[in-house]
Amino acid sequence: MTEALLQIKDLRVYYHVDAGAVRAVDGVSFNLEAGIKLGLVGESGSGKSTMALALMRMIKAPGKIESGQMILDGVDLLQLSEEKMRQTKLMKLSMIPQGAMNSLNPVMRIDKQMMDGLEDHNSLLSKEELTARIQELLTAVDLDPKVAKMYPHELSGGMKQRVCVAMAISMEPDLIIADEPTSALDVVIQRQVMAMINRLQEKLGLALILIGHDMGLMAQSVDRLAVMYAGRMMEIADTKVIFGNPLHPYTQLLISSLPVLENKGVFSGIPGVTPSLLTPPPGCVFHTRCPKARDVCRERIPVFTEVETGRWVACHLITA
Amino acid sequence: MRIPLSYVLKRIGFLLMVMWTAATINFILPHLSPKDPVAEQVQQKISSGGLSAESAQEMQEALRTLYGLDKPLWQQYVKYLWNTFRFDLGRSIYSYPREVMDIIGQTIWWTVGFGGTATVLAFVIGTVLGALVGWSKAPKFLSALIPPLAMFSAVPSFILALVLIYFMSFKLQQWTGGAFYFPLRGGYSSETIINIADLNFWKDVIWHSILPALSMLLVSTGGWALGMRAMMVTVEGADYITFAEAKGLKNRRVFFRYALRNCMLPQITSLAMQLGTIVTSATLVESMFSYPGIGNRLGTAISQFDYYTMYGIIFFLVMGIAVATFIVDMIYPFLDPRISYGS
Ligand SMILES: Nc1ncnc2c1ncn2[C@@H]1O[C@H](COP(=O)(O)OP(=O)(O)O)[C@@H](O)[C@H]1O
Ligand SMILES: [Mg+2]
Repeated sequence: MTEALLQIKDLRVYYHVDAGAVRAVDGVSFNLEAGIKLGLVGESGSGKSTMALALMRMIKAPGKIESGQMILDGVDLLQLSEEKMRQTKLMKLSMIPQGAMNSLNPVMRIDKQMMDGLEDHNSLLSKEELTARIQELLTAVDLDPKVAKMYPHELSGGMKQRVCVAMAISMEPDLIIADEPTSALDVVIQRQVMAMINRLQEKLGLALILIGHDMGLMAQSVDRLAVMYAGRMMEIADTKVIFGNPLHPYTQLLISSLPVLENKGVFSGIPGVTPSLLTPPPGCVFHTRCPKARDVCRERIPVFTEVETGRWVACHLITA
Repeated sequence: MRIPLSYVLKRIGFLLMVMWTAATINFILPHLSPKDPVAEQVQQKISSGGLSAESAQEMQEALRTLYGLDKPLWQQYVKYLWNTFRFDLGRSIYSYPREVMDIIGQTIWWTVGFGGTATVLAFVIGTVLGALVGWSKAPKFLSALIPPLAMFSAVPSFILALVLIYFMSFKLQQWTGGAFYFPLRGGYSSETIINIADLNFWKDVIWHSILPALSMLLVSTGGWALGMRAMMVTVEGADYITFAEAKGLKNRRVFFRYALRNCMLPQITSLAMQLGTIVTSATLVESMFSYPGIGNRLGTAISQFDYYTMYGIIFFLVMGIAVATFIVDMIYPFLDPRISYGS
């Protein structure tokens, strides 16, 4: 059996605020195979962005990675020195930012910013080769190579996001994390940028973690789907499988709350509120809103278990 | 990114407007004053002795003719404007017949010398310290600098000047038995001959400028540092810093090319403005040290009712600020690509 490209093991990330520790990511484990697109969904505040930042080791105070392992290509990222981690970024692991509007340095030309990334990763290319590479990258994201000599303020939001994607793939990493990469763009541009990311992902054979809260949009583009709730992983499986037969009551509710064509306009939502991450309820974090909760759900935390090959779920009803 | 000619012309026109306004106000003010500058001077001459009431009357008339004060007001005004635009600011009444431009020319370099050096040094030191203190990846011990910087920035420079005079000059003289202490006053020793080709003269000048410069430097360093720190903290939270980090850029590069570079824009504007207002900020320090600079000279002119010198210097100061603003406007598009004038 080959090792998965990425193995997250029992990852915990807490934000230490005055009131106590906000358990934004609380014991998350999952694997991701090379070249696979994984969608990470969950309500706002469920810890998705924290997951993404933790993977980049960019959690800022008051946040802290408490424990766990993040093994990328056989190397635990949490054990790397600062410098080794810096080198890993862009070479093996890239991020596409959420706020494309302000993610580029306003006082620097696009080509210079792209070159910075290449230069700081010991790219052995000469000046001419670097210029050619930048042109090639810009073309790959459907931009006019003339963009190289422009400043960020001369580009539209969609163009800026394309530039960010070009930077993210510039050292051909194995894994890209995109945290709601199109949420700041308008709908038409969103589609185009998503299509472009998908095309590049296939062409370069990258693994992609795509974060979003729109289940419907996800369903169309990812291979596997991971569902997070209140800092914990609820279920993970192939997209088709999960949509065909969701196991976890939370996933079931999420899917049934999707507006479908036949009864459009009816958006049921999920009753109840998300629990506080400062003092999560005992047992399963979802039991407070779960229609099928039993006594055991209030007492013991369900173990995230592989119930079929490639299909994991954390629910007493399934694993008992 | 280039500046269109029409904008430059517009800006120069504006500069001339400022000049005209300042000149006009300078012209009107003495006329509004209940005191007659000429009579005032003659009075002073009488009280300082040796002038009879008769010859005083004669002198007053002579001076009026000399300054053209016997002409109709509009003629005086036109003449005044014309002279001002040729940078002929008239002659001092008190030390007649010295030209005001000549007085300015002789005193301004002292101020530009010590004040300019202090301002630029304070800018460099303060900006670097502030940037480091504000940068979360910089060594932690640097944050110990914040309280002293904040303290210095809150103390007025003339108070600091008093403290420095007391300890570095007066007390140091006592402690070392007169062997080593900083000069108390003046721009150079009385026995030194002013000769700009002589190295000893320069040594003496620098020696004398240390305390005045230090009083300005310590105060404004704190200001620069605190401003820079605040800016750095804001910029560090910006998306482009996060993304630069996500790209795995070297810390040095993120610090200099991404964070510092963006903080520098407002800092450079303030630097140009401070250089334009050096005289104003140096005035009190110069008086504390009886420094032969233009600020001190302005104080003297005011106490002597020497209107022409006074308004001449003030006009010069206004022009300094106007020109500094003009320069900032002209260089800004080159510092910040987002700024462009016209299409
Ligand atoms: N800097 C921070 N300080 C304190 N709490 C934070 C911070 N960032 C995020 N959190 C908390 O962590 C939880 C997860 O946030 P986040 O990862 O942004 O969720 P998502 O991306 O799924 O919306 C939220 O409850 C949020 O309030
Ligand atoms: Mg988020």
